[in-house]
Amino acid sequence: MKHIVVIGGGIAGMETACALTDAGHWVTVIEKEEQVGGKLNKWSYLFPDFTPADKILDALLEKHSEKDFSILSQTEVLSVNRQNNKFNIETSGKQKLEADAVVVATGYELFDASRKEEYGYKIYDHVITSADLEKLLLPDGDLSVAAGQNPKRIAFVHCVGSRDEKSGNHYCSKVCCITGVKQAIELKKRLPEAEIYCFYMDLRMYGKNFEELYREAQEKYDIQFIRGRLSEASEKIDKSLLIKSEDTLSGRPLKMNVDLLVLLVGMEAGKGTAKAAAACSIGCEESGFLRTSDPFLMSNFSEQEGIFLAGSCTAPMSVNDTILHARSAAQEVNNWLKKNN
Amino acid sequence: MKDFGFSVIKQRTIDYDQFDGRLLNEVLEMEPSFKVCLSCGGCTATCSAADLVSFNVRRMNLLLRRGETVELETEIQKCMLCGKCMLVCPRGINLRNVIMLIKKSIHKYKPVNL
Repeated sequence: MKHIVVIGGGIAGMETACALTDAGHWVTVIEKEEQVGGKLNKWSYLFPDFTPADKILDALLEKHSEKDFSILSQTEVLSVNRQNNKFNIETSGKQKLEADAVVVATGYELFDASRKEEYGYKIYDHVITSADLEKLLLPDGDLSVAAGQNPKRIAFVHCVGSRDEKSGNHYCSKVCCITGVKQAIELKKRLPEAEIYCFYMDLRMYGKNFEELYREAQEKYDIQFIRGRLSEASEKIDKSLLIKSEDTLSGRPLKMNVDLLVLLVGMEAGKGTAKAAAACSIGCEESGFLRTSDPFLMSNFSEQEGIFLAGSCTAPMSVNDTILHARSAAQEVNNWLKKNN
Repeated sequence: MKDFGFSVIKQRTIDYDQFDGRLLNEVLEMEPSFKVCLSCGGCTATCSAADLVSFNVRRMNLLLRRGETVELETEIQKCMLCGKCMLVCPRGINLRNVIMLIKKSIHKYKPVNL
């Protein structure tokens, strides 16, 4: 029986582990947190159809619980060394594992919005990120900005920490556009009286039913889209926010007072992925995400023979894309093990 | 000839075949960062001049790329070179240098038969 070590117990790691167990292998998942499921634990509803995130997570975990694989939680990988076609893995829990193949599924981290100081996150009271808002969108979430007072006007800022040289991130995080549209609709459902504006540079509705949701946001929920990037936000004495942008389609500067400002934060490869890359001696792109052997046929292969990649450690990815990428990773590992037997 | 009050209206189509790219090429060669503008308007949003006069620094890129040299020359005088646009730009464009380069060279490329 072949042993495969999966680094990361988010949805990518768990789905890969599940498929590899099905294929008859022995799998160990190493997860740094106490709980598996990764970032999906922190999300409430998923685009494009508002499926509750826990419904997807529970379905995945239930499937996983039927399988026989081991999970080492609150554990990190310290080193991965190749010796005679085996990988020797040392963990922070002092375990020494021997594996025939390794799958890196370390995922992403959210951009720290306080790095864009001009938007005032953690400086002004009513500037929040899309991740903060996601928690408030649960039925018991409190959306008020003052005692008993709901925000009357809300603005979303797209591309925070993405496509931005000043943040050091040139790439597009891909999922924030549709997240903004989804959250704007959810807010409008909860606060029908509120005016909601989205400040965008481009709206990249790349996925199935994304464009339709964007249209619905305009048609049914009166969400206003303004093409321009925010230059800054400042807090007024009543804690409302004055935001400045250009309305690029009319070619004039624009200012607006809002009660709540939501920053659509992008994805970064994060420390976990950097550590795994160092431990496995695999390369990163300039963006920090892990380099795949090619973008077409080898998107689950690292540069090191026997070390495979799954999910958003390779690029910003949605939940559905992550699940698919994880399943294909399992298949590639399985094929590779058969070939090298 | 009897004057019926009709006149020939000047075409307002951008005639790309008549485009003179010399000024654009000179600016891009000296300041290649200007190639990557994504027209987000962050520069105009923070511009010290745009609040007060009809000056749109984002449009400098368009005017230059469409060969609108005459308008460009008047517009560019409104910039105060404060450099706030450069603090905001998500593509790290050295806009102040772009403005200076245009100012320096625009007289060479002004169309003669206007």
